[in-house]
Formats: sequence, structure tokens, C-alpha cells
Amino acid sequence: MKINWQLFRRIVNLAVILGVIIWSMEGMNINLERIARGIPSIGNIIKLMFPPDMDFFSRSLSAMMESIQIAVIGTTIAAILAFPISFLSAAKIGVPFSVVFLAKQILNAIRTFPELILGIFFVASYGPGPLAGVMAIGINSIGMLGKLNSEIVETIDRGPIEALEASGSNRAEVFLYAIFPQVLPQFLATALYRFELNLRAATVLGLVGAGGIGVILLQSLQFRRWPVVGMSLLIIIVVVTIIDYTSAYIRKRIT
Amino acid sequence: MPQGKKVKAQKVARVFWVDRLKKLGALVIIAFIYIWSARGVGFSLLEIIRELPSFFSLLGEMIPPNWAYSRRLIAPLVETIQIAILGSFFGAILTIPLTLLAANNVTRNKYIYFFAKGLMNIFRTIPELLYAAILVAGIGLGAFSGMLAITIFSTVVIAKLTSESLEAISYGPLEALQAVGGNKLQMIRYAVVPQILPAYTSYSLYVFEINIRVSTVLGLVGAGGIGVPLQTSLNLFRYQNASMIILVTFILVMAIDYASTKLREVLV
Amino acid sequence: MEILEFENVSVVYPGNVEALKKVSLTIKEGEFVVIVGLSGAGKSTLLRTVNRLVEPTEGIIRIGGRDITKLNKKELKKMRAQIGMIFQNFNLVNRSRVVRNVLAGRLSYVPTWRTMLGMFPLKDKEIALSALERVRIGEKANVRADHLSGGQQQRVGIARALAQQPQIILADEPVASLDPPTSHAVMKDLRRINKEDNITTLVNLHFIDLAQEYGERIIGLRDGELVFDGPASEVDEGVFEEIYGRSITDDDLRGGTQVAPREEG
Ligand SMILES: Nc1ncnc2c1ncn2[C@@H]1O[C@H](COP(=O)(O)OP(=O)(O)O)[C@@H](O)[C@H]1O
Ligand SMILES: [Mg+2]
Repeated sequence: MKINWQLFRRIVNLAVILGVIIWSMEGMNINLERIARGIPSIGNIIKLMFPPDMDFFSRSLSAMMESIQIAVIGTTIAAILAFPISFLSAAKIGVPFSVVFLAKQILNAIRTFPELILGIFFVASYGPGPLAGVMAIGINSIGMLGKLNSEIVETIDRGPIEALEASGSNRAEVFLYAIFPQVLPQFLATALYRFELNLRAATVLGLVGAGGIGVILLQSLQFRRWPVVGMSLLIIIVVVTIIDYTSAYIRKRIT
Repeated sequence: MPQGKKVKAQKVARVFWVDRLKKLGALVIIAFIYIWSARGVGFSLLEIIRELPSFFSLLGEMIPPNWAYSRRLIAPLVETIQIAILGSFFGAILTIPLTLLAANNVTRNKYIYFFAKGLMNIFRTIPELLYAAILVAGIGLGAFSGMLAITIFSTVVIAKLTSESLEAISYGPLEALQAVGGNKLQMIRYAVVPQILPAYTSYSLYVFEINIRVSTVLGLVGAGGIGVPLQTSLNLFRYQNASMIILVTFILVMAIDYASTKLREVLV
Repeated sequence: MEILEFENVSVVYPGNVEALKKVSLTIKEGEFVVIVGLSGAGKSTLLRTVNRLVEPTEGIIRIGGRDITKLNKKELKKMRAQIGMIFQNFNLVNRSRVVRNVLAGRLSYVPTWRTMLGMFPLKDKEIALSALERVRIGEKANVRADHLSGGQQQRVGIARALAQQPQIILADEPVASLDPPTSHAVMKDLRRINKEDNITTLVNLHFIDLAQEYGERIIGLRDGELVFDGPASEVDEGVFEEIYGRSITDDDLRGGTQVAPREEG
């Protein structure tokens, strides 16, 4: 008898996935009936948010502005701190292997650390408010910026470096005139991309007291003031969309 | 050494001025954004440095982790994984109709297409944790709300990525099938699905990796998983328990990343 | 007067690759020397020992009578400032504007605090712009380097070398990435500058027709050994076959003598 191994593998894969799903549903005590009840309740929540509370328009908007400000300053701090690390963790540019390895591991560890937890720590030590949010974002984003930037450094064109060395430039000049102009636009692009993510993070950080529009959401959710929630969400949607498009446009222009 | 004719200082100024003006313009805008932001968040380097010791002493209180506590973490850890699995799974299923509606080569009706794309983009602006916080308030505390939040997020993210792949498929196989007289369903089954299945699987796994990270913190807004004991430990200032939880979370995330990479090799 | 002397210079790369074997030669000030040889013959290595981008394993190299193999770091930088180099792939910073690339040739003459602030003295800016005019692309000063054609980019490379106001120009396969008409235009530029400024010029080429047309003196390398050294007028196909160790094929010719009108501009 000939066995169709490909079919066999597919069936095994499917069986494993199905098994895992059933195990999860059992464990979380979820059944189709609960799901059937859950979906309409989402619709119900959305209905409760309409019409959004116009009285909260300006307060929500200024809280959203604070979220933007948190993201701007936080991303900038991260970009500055990540800058030297981007070079230390780049292979193939003359940094000793052990340093590169260590720096890469540190970046990985930072990346894995959820920023919301960092937010809680900073709220605990700095007190509630936007500065805690700034610090959480500023520290957490170093991981991703450092990783992406070091990859950019690893792919630079060595030609200009060689040319400047051949003409007797010193290390600082080689860096500023051959390396820096090559990486700067891409560093800016990664920082902008991270800024887009950080703006979302900044809306969430308020839930743990770290400033921004999340604070308004937290309060209005506690008291189930759905129209206020609706107003805040509306502002988040509009502002995030505008900033996403602007940022993506600038990123395209500079790279 | 001869240098040809000397270039007039005027010309030098012209060449170098264009650059300066552009830079100046950009600088003014950027400076404005920074002043506005720094004032808004009450940025003060002094305060940041002054409070840094208290941040580190807080971290110091977390050492050493309370190893004994790890035994109590198995159940919430399992729940964390289950939330991520189910959220990703339901998301991956719900995404299919949305993907088809949001691909302009499948959905010819402009209004439906723009509606689907718009819906996707609107839902994408809101982070998972906000969904979780909203659902907790609307439906109630617990893992079910967390799972629904992840489902919503996964649906739109996978749909966005996959619909873009779908819009970029090649038409050769489609035309070939059309030539032999296949109907629309056959065309989708034999010419479209094979082309986007790898992308779809890959994006689903990618979203699953994100979801594992998210589900570790869902508990901070009351939506189940390992974040629940974390929230409790932090509220009660049991920092050594908290660090144990964070450590376990780390291991979980890395293990899942590894498993997901392996799974990718098998499935894709 | 001799400007450059090689005395038994050898280069051994890691892995025991002997790239140069006891090469001795003398080059006079203002000469236009073309070095030919197959790929791997050691042309780049020879050129790079002149500014010590490659360290000779043994032997002595003198520039203006001074042994450069023993220079310390500071002296080496000073020496390199006097030597312009032109590369096959231009080695420009693609995203930087043309003037900035050319100004890079002034870096070693301007105090570091000024270069760090980007505050080049007026004199150096003038030198950079007139170097661009020398290669007929003065109007491209504010254009990004990667918006130029290959031939224009190589002229920026030449301008950068010129901005150094060098005694010697080293050109390593300067036309290998260019099409035939552009190749001729660039070779003509090099030749013209050599004559007008009396800058000693060494050019690596593997196209024998270009070597014959533009070289005054031709040096042949085979497997790291100097196998020919004489005026271009004495060189014929037989000599090239000896240098290459095989018969000449079409690939050894660049072809075309017409300068494209587009590139002439
Ligand atoms: N950095 C290096 N390390 C090891 N071997 C090299 C290196 N550079 C060149 N070589 C070898 O040295 C020989 C001469 O190379 P090169 O000077 O580049 O020749 P050409 O420029 O004539 O093509 C070749 O066999 C080449 O493989
Ligand atoms: Mg070579």
C-alpha cells in the first residue's frame, strides 16, 4: 500500500492544532454558547458609546495631545540612548565580538520587557503623570530601535569609508562624513515608525496612571460612562490615523 | 598648484545657502514640536535624574525573586497561553471574510471594499489593551474579555496583511483556470488559495507571537492570565513575587517565540 | 625627478596569497602610468601599497625620496592627504549632495573642530567648487550624488581627489563600471588633469585599447610579478599576450572612441 505522506502530515498537523484549541477552550471554560453571547455584547457596548459625549471633546483632545507629547519625548529619549548602542551591537564594523554579543542580548532583554510593566514601575517611583509614561516608552523602545538600527549599520556601503581613509581623514571625520550620512535617514525612519507604535502605547499607559488619554478612559470605564469612552475612542481613531499617515509620508520622503 | 579659475565667493554662497535655508526651516518646525512636547509632559532632566535612584531601589527590592512562588504560577501561565491561542485562532478564522472583502481583486463592489478597508484601519488604531479594558468594563473581569480583545485585534491585523498579499497575487494561474472553464469557487480554491496560504499562515503565526506578549499583561487591566497575579503582587508591594512573575513571563515569551519559529518551518 | 619608487616590494595576504612579488619600479613626477594585467594579477594591491591601504610585507616605497613604510599614524594621514584615489565603484556617499562629497577631499586639510561642525573655510569651499568645474559638472553641486549618471558620479570622484590638491592620483579601474563612451570621457578627463596640473597619475586598467590610447607608460603585472615596463608606443598585441599569458579576446577591449554628446556636457 502506498501512503500519501503529504496528506498524512497535513492530517496530523490539523489534528494537533484542533487538539490544542479544544484543550484551550476546555481550560478557559469557553463554549460556543458563551461566544454566541459575547459577540452581540460587543455590538451592545458600541451602541452604548453613541452618541459620543461632546462635552468631553476638548478634555479628551487635550489628553490625547498629552499622549502625543509623551510619545514624542519618549521616542526621542530612546533614539538618543539607542544611538551609541546601534553601533556597539553592529557586527562587521570592527567592534569586538564579545561586545556585540552582549549588546545584542541586552537589547533583546529590553525588547521582551512589556512597557506597561515598566509604566507601573515608573508610576511607583516617579508618581502618576506623563513623566512616568515618557520614561516607560523611552526605556522600552531602546530595544527595538537598537536592534533595527544595528541592522542598518551592518548594511552600510563601505566604499565611502575606504575613500575617506585613503585621503587621510581621521576616525571622527570618517564617522561624520562617511557613516553618519548613510545611516541618519534610516535611523530617523525607524524612530518615526517606533513613534507610531509609541503613540498607541501612550494611549494605553494612562490605564496604569502614566498620563495621556488613557487616564480619561480609565476613569470613564470605571464609572461605565460609555459616551465619554466613545468620545475618547473617536479622538484616538482620528488622531492616530492622521499621525500614521503623516509619519508614513515623512518616512517615505526621507529614505 | 594651478586650480583653474577661481570661483566667485558669490557662487559659493549660493550653493551653500540653499542647504542652510532648508535645514533652518526643518529645524524651526522640529524645535516647535519639542518645546510643545517638553512643556506638555513637564519634562525635566533634573527630575528624571533625581527620581532615578528610587526607580532602581524599587528594582532592587525585586531581588531575589521568590522562587517558591513559581508553583502558584502554573495555572495563570497556562491561561495566558490559552488566551493567546484562542484569540489568535478565532482571529485567524474571522479574518477570512474580512480579507476577501478588503481585497480589490476579489470584491468588485467599491462601497463594500472601502467599507471593509476603512473598518480595518479604524480598528487597527486602537491597541489590544484598550479593547481589553473596554471589554472588562462591558462584559466583566476575566480571561474571556481578554480573549475577545485579542480576537478583535488579530482579525484586523491578519486581514490587513493578508489582503495586501491577496491584492498582489499573480493572475497567470487564474487565467489558466478560466481558460479551461473553471467556475469562481474553483478558481479561488485552485488558483488563489495556494498563492496566499503561505502568507496567511505566516501572518497568523506572527500575530500569535504578538498575542503571547499581550496576553502576559492583559491581567493588568483585569482581563486574565499571568498579569492578574502580577497586578496583585504590585498592589500589595510583594516585589519579589512580581519579579518571579516577570521572570516566568520572559521564559514563556522566549519559549513561544522558539516554538513559533519551529511551527513556521513545519507549516509554511 | 622621481616622485615614487618601489624597491623589492612584496605583499603576502593572509592565507599565504602572494599578491606582489619583489616589484621594483620608479615613476617620475607628472607621468601618466597605466598598469595592466588580468584580474587577480595584483594591480589593486600595487596601487594600494602607495597610500598603504595595503601594508607591504617587505620592501621599501619612497614618495619624494622619503620611505613611507615606516611612517607613524600622524605622518601617514598627512601623506595620504597628498594622494587622491579614484575607485571603480566611485565610493561616494549616495545620499549626500555632490558638494559635500567633494568637500570630503578637504577634510584632512581642515582642523577637526571645524569639520565636526561642518564649518569649512571659504577657501576650501572654493577649492571644492572649482574642482567640480574642472570636471565640467559645476552645476550639479547641489544634486544628490545618487541622482547622477555613472559617468557624472565618477567625475565627482575625480573632483573629490582633485580637491585634495594631490601630488599623486591613484585610479583603480576607474571606468570598469562605465559604458564605452563614458569610459573614454573619464579617461580623457584624467589625462587632461594630469597634463594641466602635472599630477602624477597611476591608473589600473584591464582594457588594452584604453591602456594603449591613454597611457604614456605601461606597466604589466602577471601573478604579482612585474613583467613589462615601457612606453605605450612600444606596446602591441604581442606584448599584451605576454602580460596576460593568453591570446587577446574581445573582452579585453572596451571599444568605442566616440564620446557620447550627453556625457560631453
Ligand atoms: N584582502 C585580501 N586578502 C586575501 N587575498 C587577497 C586580498 N585582496 C586581494 N587578494 C588576492 O591577491 C591577488 C591580487 O589581487 P588584486 O590586487 O586585487 O588583483 P587585481 O586588482 O589585479 O585584480 C588575488 O589573488 C586576490 O585574490
Ligand atoms: Mg583590482
